[in-house]
Amino acid sequence: MSLLRFSKLIFGSATVFFLIAPLIAILPLAFTDSVFLNYPIPAYSTRWFVELFTAGVWQRSIINSLIIGCGTTVLATLLGTVGAVGLRDKQLSLVLTTIKTIFLLPMVVPAVVLGVGMQLMFARYALTNTYLGVIIAHTVVAVPFVVVNVLAVLQGIDRRLEQAAASLGAAPVTVLQQVTLPLALPGIVSGAVFAFATSLDEVVLTLFVAGPNQRTLARQMFSTIRENISPAIAAAAFVFIVGTVLIAIVVNFSRGTKRAKEVR
Amino acid sequence: MNAPRLSKQVISLALVAPLLLFLIVFFALPLVTMMKSAVSDPVAARTLPATARSVSSWNRTSPPTVEMQAAFVADLRQISDDQLFGDLVRRLNSAKSGFRTLMPKTRKAALDTAGSIDLVALDKRWGDISYWQAVSVAASSTITDRNLLAAVDLQRDASGAIASLPADASANKAIMLRTFVMALTVTGACVLIGFPFAMIAASVDGWKRQLLLGAVLLPLWTSLLVRTAAWFILLQDRGLINSVLMQSGVTSSPIPLIFNRAGVIIAMTHVLLPFMVLPIFSVLIGIPKNLMPAAASLGAHPVRAFLNVLLPLGLRGVVSGSLLVFMSALGYYITPALIGGAKDQMISSVIAYYATGAANWGMAGALGLVLLAATMILYAIYLRLSSERETSP
Repeated sequence: MSLLRFSKLIFGSATVFFLIAPLIAILPLAFTDSVFLNYPIPAYSTRWFVELFTAGVWQRSIINSLIIGCGTTVLATLLGTVGAVGLRDKQLSLVLTTIKTIFLLPMVVPAVVLGVGMQLMFARYALTNTYLGVIIAHTVVAVPFVVVNVLAVLQGIDRRLEQAAASLGAAPVTVLQQVTLPLALPGIVSGAVFAFATSLDEVVLTLFVAGPNQRTLARQMFSTIRENISPAIAAAAFVFIVGTVLIAIVVNFSRGTKRAKEVR
Repeated sequence: MNAPRLSKQVISLALVAPLLLFLIVFFALPLVTMMKSAVSDPVAARTLPATARSVSSWNRTSPPTVEMQAAFVADLRQISDDQLFGDLVRRLNSAKSGFRTLMPKTRKAALDTAGSIDLVALDKRWGDISYWQAVSVAASSTITDRNLLAAVDLQRDASGAIASLPADASANKAIMLRTFVMALTVTGACVLIGFPFAMIAASVDGWKRQLLLGAVLLPLWTSLLVRTAAWFILLQDRGLINSVLMQSGVTSSPIPLIFNRAGVIIAMTHVLLPFMVLPIFSVLIGIPKNLMPAAASLGAHPVRAFLNVLLPLGLRGVVSGSLLVFMSALGYYITPALIGGAKDQMISSVIAYYATGAANWGMAGALGLVLLAATMILYAIYLRLSSERETSP
């Protein structure tokens, strides 16, 4: 039995190491003074962070990512939340079940296939090389995450709360505004966070739809790795990883306080 | 259906309508456009209308008639747009090589002289009936199965029968096979690591389980590009892995880990492992905790209890996870594009090449259709399995 426990410990640690170590290993490289991304690090400096936030191409791509990310978040959260409210019944008719499947399909379709189609179609309506085109493309792949997150929260809401409000004379719109949406807010917020993160990380559709003026941070990282690998990549990765950990902590914390409130 | 239920249904439909409309226009329509580009072939029919009319009465085996030649020359004189002419030449040349030089020469002659032209005297290739067959096929139809056939290394020969492409002309089958093998390898690696790991995570609790699940979720939440960049940096010839190996004396010169198959498999396994662990874990966590002790109390050896109790129950999770990983791996683009060499590119890279590099939308669409079909079939199986699990207790 102790042999089993020992091998469990070894295998578990090795896998955790495999999953986490690559992400940790590149963090110190963001602070290298050298132009090479190698260990040992000769001297430490913040020059690559300065480069990331001041060099023209990087600065432009960060601004583009924020514009496109915010546009995508607003559009995907609006469309996805309203759509999820329509799908909240646990027993859906066949039509609605089919629609629910359609809503989740963009997560599954290979990005390159969708990208080719979008480039062909968007070109006809002059949407390629525009911010609107990129925002629409990102919204298509981000919206399933909003639907899934909002739906999960909506299905956990006690319907008697809404029935109580309605029986006290509240109009359906009032019930939605005053009862349903506030209760669904955690799901809407995490859906919005996922939508923003999806847009921030999207490369393939951006490659097909965006022009040089809509080059996003992810797109810039892609071509930097491909053409001339620079430690600015490690600095960008550092920002991404620290941001991810912070968001994870915030989400966990908000869930924790929610649970604490429920207990009270 | 009674009235309140009907009105509820109407409200639901009204609520889903905006997103449904959005996805029809910006998700379904692009896919349809891509599929249409795989079979659409309008350029020759549009640029050679008179030729199309005159070849309709031709039997495609006798020598070309004088009317056909005159119609062809007349059509050539009508093409004023050089880009359109270029498209036509590309279209014809893809059916039979030789048009690339023949067409500009013929067009120049047609524009330089006003009267009728003896095409065979101009270039003896016009006496070759196979050139006229190619023109005739191209001009008389606006749809084609050429791209779809070429996607699986087939073509129509001169008589119209389906035949294999010559071995050196296309490599699509080889790329599909490579994509399949790589996706399968990654799935296998994910099962080998993910199944035991999910079992360990399900068998412990408290902070240990939090740690193990956190280790899966953190990479899942981290940008795909960041994870690929991390592997790119680690796997370099002078990267961390090689410097550790060289300093510990395992090897004296760097082991090539990047721009080859091994690097792509390692990075893709890392990226897709969470999709294997999470479905298996969620199945295992639903198994009553007393099953294994029950088997033990009935005298089953732990190994036998594992094989007969836990493994069959956990296998559903393995199947779900494998389908997810395999399906995602089939369409992977970024990781092979950055970590792999020329010989490790999967079908997505070839599609991207045809679309952006070669501007051959027909081939991009045809290969995209193959990838889309494979993905959709796998997804349908996955949905079927997961709905079965929901309905059965």
